[in-house]
Amino acid sequence: MIPDDDRRDEDDELVVDGPARFPVDRRDFIKLTSTGLLVLFAVEPATALQERERLPTGRQGYPADFNAYLHVGADGRVTCLVGKVELGQGVMTSLPQLLAEELDVPLASVGIVMGDTDLCPWDGGTFGSLSIRQFGPVLRQAAAEARAVLLQLASERLQVPLERLGVKAGTISDTTDAARKVTYAQLTEGKRIERRLEAKPALKAVSSFTVAGRSAARRDALEKVTGKAKYAGDIVPPGGALHARILRPPAHGATLAQVGTSAAEAVPGVRVVRDGDMIAVLHEHRDEAEKALSLVKAQFTRNDPPVDDKTIFDHLVKTAAPGRTVAEGGSLAEGERLVSRLIESTYLDSYVAHAPMEPHAAVAAVESGKVTVWAGTQTPFPLKSQVEQALHLPPEKVRVITPYVGGGFGGKSASRQGVEAARLAMLTGRPVRVVFSREEEFFYDTFRPAAVVKIRSGIDAAKGIALWDYLVYCAGERGAAHFYNIPNHRTLSSGGWSGGGPSPHPFAIGPWRAPGANTNAFARESQIDIMAAGAGVDPVEFRRKNLTDPRMLRVLETAAGKFGWVPKAAPSGRGVGVACGIDAGTYVCLMAEVAVDKSTGQVQVKRVTCAQEMGVVVNPDGALQQIEGSITMGLGYALSEEVHFKGGELLDRNFDTYELPRFSQVPRIDAVLVDAPDIPAAGGGEPAIVPMGAVVANAIFDAVGARLYRMAMTPARVKEALARG
Amino acid sequence: MRSVSFTLNGKPTRLKVDETRALLWVLRDDLGLTGTKFGCGQAVCGACTVLVDNEAVRSCATAVGDVEGKQVLTIEGLARDGRLHPIQDAFVKHAAFQCGYCTPGMILGAYALLLKNPKATRAAIIKGMDQHLCRCGAHVRIIQAVETAATAMKGGAR
Repeated sequence: MIPDDDRRDEDDELVVDGPARFPVDRRDFIKLTSTGLLVLFAVEPATALQERERLPTGRQGYPADFNAYLHVGADGRVTCLVGKVELGQGVMTSLPQLLAEELDVPLASVGIVMGDTDLCPWDGGTFGSLSIRQFGPVLRQAAAEARAVLLQLASERLQVPLERLGVKAGTISDTTDAARKVTYAQLTEGKRIERRLEAKPALKAVSSFTVAGRSAARRDALEKVTGKAKYAGDIVPPGGALHARILRPPAHGATLAQVGTSAAEAVPGVRVVRDGDMIAVLHEHRDEAEKALSLVKAQFTRNDPPVDDKTIFDHLVKTAAPGRTVAEGGSLAEGERLVSRLIESTYLDSYVAHAPMEPHAAVAAVESGKVTVWAGTQTPFPLKSQVEQALHLPPEKVRVITPYVGGGFGGKSASRQGVEAARLAMLTGRPVRVVFSREEEFFYDTFRPAAVVKIRSGIDAAKGIALWDYLVYCAGERGAAHFYNIPNHRTLSSGGWSGGGPSPHPFAIGPWRAPGANTNAFARESQIDIMAAGAGVDPVEFRRKNLTDPRMLRVLETAAGKFGWVPKAAPSGRGVGVACGIDAGTYVCLMAEVAVDKSTGQVQVKRVTCAQEMGVVVNPDGALQQIEGSITMGLGYALSEEVHFKGGELLDRNFDTYELPRFSQVPRIDAVLVDAPDIPAAGGGEPAIVPMGAVVANAIFDAVGARLYRMAMTPARVKEALARG
Repeated sequence: MRSVSFTLNGKPTRLKVDETRALLWVLRDDLGLTGTKFGCGQAVCGACTVLVDNEAVRSCATAVGDVEGKQVLTIEGLARDGRLHPIQDAFVKHAAFQCGYCTPGMILGAYALLLKNPKATRAAIIKGMDQHLCRCGAHVRIIQAVETAATAMKGGAR
């Protein structure tokens, strides 16, 4: 998949050190930018505004300020300083590709500094498949601006008109006399040039790309395979850090009534800190702190809401606000008149955990009144603001540094551990390490919300969809609107996941990889299949008949070709299914083949084919990694993952009962990137996860004729559906 | 507190330590080897996997006293003389990771598997790795990487 010549820059020198993420501290940064060419640039206000709308309430939006830097140094090194972070999604590899491409420098000469609030300009956070889609174009513009400035300088120095100059690998030369040349490094030496990008310089044509658009080796590879990659919990500040374990309530809503800490305090080396609502036990060793915490005698007053994982859906519908119209057209009454048989369905979706392998972790240290927090977070800048507020510190007294993050998926947009570490470091005067136990990780996770979707739909005599009446509760609007040709339709959304009135949920909820879109795609694409089956039409043919969007048709046909789709109305007994989605500007079609064991209800997904059209692709292998990851992660919410709870108490708190997808469950994955060089780069981190629930549900129906209306599609629910007939 | 001696990544190591403490935290907190990761604390995710006398163990559920006199291998000890082990090489080649947090445990789990069964089939690899969790969904590439490594090691794990 990766071309051999591109596989690894370091092939010959297998030193066990990864490529540097330079520079590492402020001193280095000041040194770095004291000479050379610095381009400051801002994310476009329009897209910034969209991002702001998707943020949970209370966070600031993009300032009018510039929020990224690009620096061309006198040593020939190019550095990009961005507020984005590396969560495993690969942007520390793909962003430098874009930069190298537009600036015409070797990829190896480009460094990137990410998620450090002292070094990098403000950024709202890494989420929403936005890094390439939104940040990419402005990074390219900054590089183009830098290139233009350098060309101007070269023209003056070489006394050659601009139009006669060409650039290759950071060297500008006269196209009529190759001996007349100058390097970027020579041009910036001893100078300090600062530019603010305000106009939009012309960008290279995608067809001329040589660095972007080709698979690049991951820059984090060597560090990650040797154990050298540092995550927040691995950081050891000078003097070491104390482990803090914090007393947690047994259930959400519970308040501390009584506490006795004397037994814990008697443990040698233990320090107990009480600050308002927080009781923490600190020790040099994690396991000693753990033991001491178990000696804290605490009584909590429970205040559980009267809901559990069975009654939650009624509760959500009962407490729902009136629906907001997302899309509508034609007349529902007219639709009802045209439809011979009305199909009314209710789809249910459980709470799902993010469950990154790295639990939330942070280390905080105070030096000369300034707090530095190393945190595993998707939102270093919002965390910095939270720390400022919690400790009543001015902005210059707080720095957040984001090392590698061990998975986020939306769950590390919330970073309470960073605030807790900072508070404790301030209180104790010692560096403090807070690493959530897996139980805390589940307890404080901001789950994907449980949700309900109700659909009334039907087809007319010509087997076209004539009516679509769609109401989603609590999943939100992302992916709610359909993309089929339906003359009479309405899509309503009630109680979006990110706020609006008091929360109907017994615990925190938040963005979970493609927030809401998974729930909406499960309902929509299941309903489409129910109508296709009702009409006795093959589900791919049915979609073809009811679609005109060329981008969607293209992924549908591509997937069908790759999968080897043979048309047949469901249930055909073969166990094949199809589902489509649009997310983050990307079009995706999944096809799956499953085997269902009727006696146990067990579903094995044998293979999944994905056709994805995401516009310009910067790092094709990186995009494939995201598709494979999305499909694999999606398998979990489709088949096994759901949070069980009673009132405010979580019944799943570790991987013994909360079942993530395993090697033995992972299907063969065939992914195809549909070529679309004329369409701007769209999102890649989330789209392929969106149709996973529906494609599995549709394939189960095709296998055994049983329709699943609720995720996760556990063996018990499959058997129940089989019994229902 | 007592003195515990073992061989760590080929080097004799002696520690004065409460022998009931978890090997994971002794490695991380006392010895500074942070490549071994904490994931679940209940031996159900595999992130903390290390080798003890060539057997994969979950270091979060192994008392340091239990490795007395034994050979302990962590991810930091797998590459030798600046050269990656074939399994590490294969993980790089296949990009068999994303966030990388489960990777040290995955690599050591695969290493223990190939030591026992150098010609492991794809099915044996899947079965052998099934108790290792990865949330990013790098599974298909991890399987490929372990297969590639098995071939590169030519049936003879070192």
